[in-house]
Amino acid sequence: MNLLRRAFLKNAGSVGAVAAAIATGLLNPGTVFAAAWNSLAFTTKDLTEALKNAGYDNAVESKDIEIKAPEIAENGAVVPVSATSNLPGTTSIAIFIDKNPAPMIAEFQFLNGAEPFIATRVKMAKTSLVRVAVKAGGKNYIASREVKVTIGGCGG
Amino acid sequence: MAEAMKMRATMEGDVVDVKVLIQHPMDTGLMKDKKTGKLIPAHFIDLFVATLNGKTVIDAQWGVGVAQNPFVGFRIKGGKPGDKVAIHAVDNLGNKFDGEEIVA
Repeated sequence: MNLLRRAFLKNAGSVGAVAAAIATGLLNPGTVFAAAWNSLAFTTKDLTEALKNAGYDNAVESKDIEIKAPEIAENGAVVPVSATSNLPGTTSIAIFIDKNPAPMIAEFQFLNGAEPFIATRVKMAKTSLVRVAVKAGGKNYIASREVKVTIGGCGG
Repeated sequence: MAEAMKMRATMEGDVVDVKVLIQHPMDTGLMKDKKTGKLIPAHFIDLFVATLNGKTVIDAQWGVGVAQNPFVGFRIKGGKPGDKVAIHAVDNLGNKFDGEEIVA
């Protein structure tokens, strides 16, 4: 992808701009990302602000979100985390880690038959709560699980 | 050089189970090169999309907190053997990562 397209995608953000870009041939209409990367949410240092910037503020604690993660992670650089939402109408799952330099880790949207489940591996700087936030039926929900880290994974 | 992306797509009952592994440093921008003492710039996959027969099933955004050589597992209801799962990802420097797999 050339730098012009990259800069455009980072700054565009609006449906109109994306449509215009497709029309001018700048974007391949075959595979289009739904939105520009949410740089604000991903660089926010405070958890509550990151949740808000990602659109998961005022989330209600829910027992219908399952988080699988090790109780103790030997290597904070690679911590397996999987999350399942049993909340009806789940449209997305996002992962946050309180004690990381930037708490927002990733967000996954589910469409066209994808189950509200995700498995991935994250970096953890130190022992922290792992938060899984969910959008379901237009509302926000959240669950937490502590993972102890013996060797931190953010370096520096 | 090993493939940049490995994928597996298999049926588990009536659900397609997909596993993806992408070779990528996922540098956070916070670590120093031990020899030069300079910060290694952030270099990470930030956008990731998965499609089933061309329809988007997963649309994801990642930050530097995703582990190196990212692994992703997800499931799609209603898929069947012969369907095509495709992955399209880009990183913050504009590099593209593409892969496809036929559901076994």
